[in-house]
Amino acid sequence: MIKIEQLHKSYPIGKDSLHVLKGIDLHIKEGEFVSIMGSSGSGKSTLLNIVGLLDVHDEGNYYLNGQLIKDMNEKKAAQLRNKFLGFVFQSFNLISYKTALENVALPLYYKGINRKERLKIALDYLDQVELKDWANHLPNELSGGQKQRVAIARALVTKPKVVLADEPTGALDSTTTDSVMDLLKDINDKGMTVFVITHEEEVAAQTKRIVRLKDGVIISDELTKAAKAV
Amino acid sequence: MKFLFDSDTWQEIYGSIRKNKVRTAITIIGVLWGIFLLVVLLGAARGMENGFNKLFGNFATNSVFVWTQSTDTPFKGFQEGRRFKLTMNDIAVLNSEYSEEIKLLAPRNQTSNLIIHDFKSGDFRVSGDYPVLDQIQKKSLLYGRFLNENDILSTAKVAVISEDMYKQLFDKDVMPIGQYIKINSINYKVIGVYKPSNTIDFDGDCAYIPFTTFRKVYNTANKVDWMMITANEGTDIEQMEKDVLLTLKGLHKVHPEDERAFGSVNLGKEIGKITGFITGMQFLTWFVGIATLIAGVFAIGNILLITVKERTKEIGIRRALGATPKSIRQQIILESVFLTTIAGMLGIIFGSFVLFIIDSAFGQGEDAALINPTVNIPIILIAFATLIVLGTLIGLIPAHMATVVKPIEALREE
Ligand SMILES: Nc1ncnc2c1ncn2[C@@H]1O[C@H](COP(=O)(O)OP(=O)(O)O)[C@@H](O)[C@H]1O
Ligand SMILES: [Mg+2]
Repeated sequence: MIKIEQLHKSYPIGKDSLHVLKGIDLHIKEGEFVSIMGSSGSGKSTLLNIVGLLDVHDEGNYYLNGQLIKDMNEKKAAQLRNKFLGFVFQSFNLISYKTALENVALPLYYKGINRKERLKIALDYLDQVELKDWANHLPNELSGGQKQRVAIARALVTKPKVVLADEPTGALDSTTTDSVMDLLKDINDKGMTVFVITHEEEVAAQTKRIVRLKDGVIISDELTKAAKAV
Repeated sequence: MKFLFDSDTWQEIYGSIRKNKVRTAITIIGVLWGIFLLVVLLGAARGMENGFNKLFGNFATNSVFVWTQSTDTPFKGFQEGRRFKLTMNDIAVLNSEYSEEIKLLAPRNQTSNLIIHDFKSGDFRVSGDYPVLDQIQKKSLLYGRFLNENDILSTAKVAVISEDMYKQLFDKDVMPIGQYIKINSINYKVIGVYKPSNTIDFDGDCAYIPFTTFRKVYNTANKVDWMMITANEGTDIEQMEKDVLLTLKGLHKVHPEDERAFGSVNLGKEIGKITGFITGMQFLTWFVGIATLIAGVFAIGNILLITVKERTKEIGIRRALGATPKSIRQQIILESVFLTTIAGMLGIIFGSFVLFIIDSAFGQGEDAALINPTVNIPIILIAFATLIVLGTLIGLIPAHMATVVKPIEALREE
């Protein structure tokens, strides 16, 4: 599903450049549930953004669903994101003036699905995250956990192949963290590839594979107990 | 173009407009003000124009008035400063020499006299005139009739008096027609009462008596005080004025270059000046209105630009969710056009409303300063189309700005 070979990424900082990813090799197959761990600044988000086509890499190869990602224009990237990828962010990134339902329906708008159909599908997904009753509430009327569940519903609504989550539980307390993780596990059980960044060991332990990043290189890549249990 | 008719597009625009209420209000006010000014000023200019037209309304606008003064150049043995008068001979010569150019020619003699009726009296002007005067300067009669050819031929002692003279000389509810008034100890029968025009008027309150009667009573012999000439359709009135003056100079042994001997007013020329003034005002209006409009549209562009910056995050989210740069651009441009259009419509509505109020306040009644202050629909449509074009163009800038920021930069969490 995701195949990365010798990936390098630097950020220009003034005249210098900051070498963030220094040759990453990573292969994630369809249906995997992978977490990336590492200290702050180790390049986790950078990696996820490149995988999510929100950023471009400098060197190496990246194949998404078998397709080599190279010299991608914005339009193409937007279409691929819409088609293959769902995003969940630490700070939820819901649009504040849209209701939960409208937020969930938004990716379908860019897919070109009509409004009625859109809202129907969106409501269905809200139901899956048990927030059907909150459909017409604005984000600021929801708790953090609820917001993140709305965001997850939004990430799922286009039936993506891969869900990318950058510290989805970073802003949540332990109970809501568990409910969000349960959701992600559910999604994975249904066959979707899930790729989460976290720095909480308990969260990582609930995934099936942990990739540890340090100073821009992978220092370990192993299956968890949860994976072996299956 | 399909996206224009897509209810989703409008849903999105409605959402973002509703969210940014203050911005929406400010931008709308800018453009609204511009088009409002345009509508109101153009309307007012139109009203003034109509007012002027009415002012000259009962005057034949292609008229020239000619009188004599005194010469400023010695000529053919005459000294400078010689005074002389127009004569009936001049009238006859002009009538025959300029039969093609001249439509109407009215020689006039005027004086002032005490006019008496019973025990009431007043000083008024008395004018010896031909019936043709009524064609050059329409008289609206309250009672009776104006002078006619018979009065001239029979040197009848009849008079047409003004409404004010009637009020001053007669008791209330007395029918003046057929009554006698005394001018210079001679009895005249009142045959008509006219209402002086509230527009341009050279006579004021004046008793019109037949030209021939005037000549006999005041012993003016062949003399004529002044004359009014109107030209036929298609005549170059300024040329006619020059030619007539030259002929008159020849008849009276006045130096052809003499500037003072004859006085003349060309009403057409004077009206031209006022019309020019109005045209100037309309031009100014357009200038001011369009400048304000452009300023308003720029304000919209500017504020959209600011909100695009404020909305980078939202735009980033949308792009992460699959919005193409094109769809983002479309949305912002459409917002711009939508705002300008709404503002334009409101401006037109308010402007028309104000014009309506102006019309009710100043545009009604006899002495209205402005008449029918209106703006043509085509002008409004042009202004409107311009707005849409400008709105699109100005929306391009923030639309472009919205897509140069990479989604990753927009989404970065700090
Ligand atoms: N756009 C950017 N420009 C410059 N430096 C950046 C940019 N994005 C990230 N960095 C730097 O790259 C490093 C890795 O960042 P990031 O991938 O966000 O780390 P993590 O998510 O693991 O905390 C950090 O030192 C960060 O400051
Ligand atoms: Mg990070």
